[in-house]
Amino acid sequence: MWLASGAPEGIGLFIPPWDDVIISLICLGAIALAVGKYAAPRYLEVLDQRAAMIEGGVRRAEAAEAEIAQIRAGLEAEKEEARVEAARVRQDAMSDAAAIVAEAKTKAGAEARRIEEAAQRQIDSERRAAEVSLRRDVGALAGELAEKIVGESLKDSALASRVIDRFLRDLESQSRAGKGV
Amino acid sequence: MSSIASALPAASTGGEGGGMHMPTLDELFPAPFWTVGDWFEFNRIDLIRVIATVALVTLIYLGARRTSLVPGRGQSTFELAMGFVHKQICEAAMPPQLARRYLPFIATIFFGVLALNITGVLPFLNVSSNALVTVPMILAICAWVAFVRQGIKSHGLGHYLADNLFPKGAPKWMYVLLTPIEFLSTFILRPVTLTVRLMANMIAGHFLLTAFFVMTSYLLIEGAGALKGLALLTAAASFAFVVFEIFIAGLQAFIFAILTSVYIGLAQAEH
Repeated sequence: MWLASGAPEGIGLFIPPWDDVIISLICLGAIALAVGKYAAPRYLEVLDQRAAMIEGGVRRAEAAEAEIAQIRAGLEAEKEEARVEAARVRQDAMSDAAAIVAEAKTKAGAEARRIEEAAQRQIDSERRAAEVSLRRDVGALAGELAEKIVGESLKDSALASRVIDRFLRDLESQSRAGKGV
Repeated sequence: MSSIASALPAASTGGEGGGMHMPTLDELFPAPFWTVGDWFEFNRIDLIRVIATVALVTLIYLGARRTSLVPGRGQSTFELAMGFVHKQICEAAMPPQLARRYLPFIATIFFGVLALNITGVLPFLNVSSNALVTVPMILAICAWVAFVRQGIKSHGLGHYLADNLFPKGAPKWMYVLLTPIEFLSTFILRPVTLTVRLMANMIAGHFLLTAFFVMTSYLLIEGAGALKGLALLTAAASFAFVVFEIFIAGLQAFIFAILTSVYIGLAQAEH
């Protein structure tokens, strides 16, 4: 036990003793240092970091959303472009096909004409050859006939001459008719 | 060191067996057990003050030594406490920017007052050093300096004094009455009430608790027969008042801190 040093009287109660002030200032100084220089700044730092993180997260999410929207718009435009391109290609193909068909038609027409002409030429040349051979044959036949006629002409020269004339006329008309065909 | 150990047991009254010793103001001024020359004395109250300070600083160190974005248990408690001072005390009375700036100051007041108050209900300590005028007065002076400084900073000395001493809208002759009253209430009574409110609460709390403790031990030891039964009643009352005093310790710390915030907020906002 210690002896109480005794309370001061009256207003003395409100006048702090010096040694008490010194101890109090030391204690309050330590508390102020711990709270003011250590606790509060650390608390505010964590608070700010957390706020910054949340804000950053929100910003990142917004950026990602905007990017997605942009990409989506790009895709839409590309799709539209592709559709237009496809339509154009189809159109081109159709006109190309028409052109190709027309060209083929003209070529085929020309080829047909060429073949027809060649055939005509061949026919002509063959007919000419046939005519020549025919004339030769007819000449031989005529000679043969003439021989026969000459053999019998002694009996009727007038008749013979008439027969020959008729024969030649017939031959003539025949050959004209054959040429006309 | 033995002198410190012997200084700790608190019940300086009622131990002699010679009747019931009700507490007096004298025990707030115990004899020193350590003196330096004839100018510095260190007594039990000073020791309690130092113990509370060391405990508070240690707790703060434990709570804030490792801070990370994802808090652990210690840091969560620490952030809860700082968050309470920040949101409920600073931002309740000041705009956010100012609340941030004054958070260290207000938090020092709140936690300092709370730590020094709470020794009043701790066993073996049993008295709050805030029952002495010293700490409340120092803190009240700091609060006074803080709000006057903020007022001058926000409005300039002339405007600040004019706003406070000559409230607008009153007839000129009224200032004869108003100015002294405003001066007294703003610049004298604010720090005085801060000091006396805290100190008187702690003195009253100490007397209340000590009286019930003394009564309980007296009735139990020296009470005759049925009177011993009354000790049960006073023991229950002691318990209730301990709980009440814990509440008061927090409440007074809150009041001191929020009034300081309000004074600073008013000084900044006045126009």
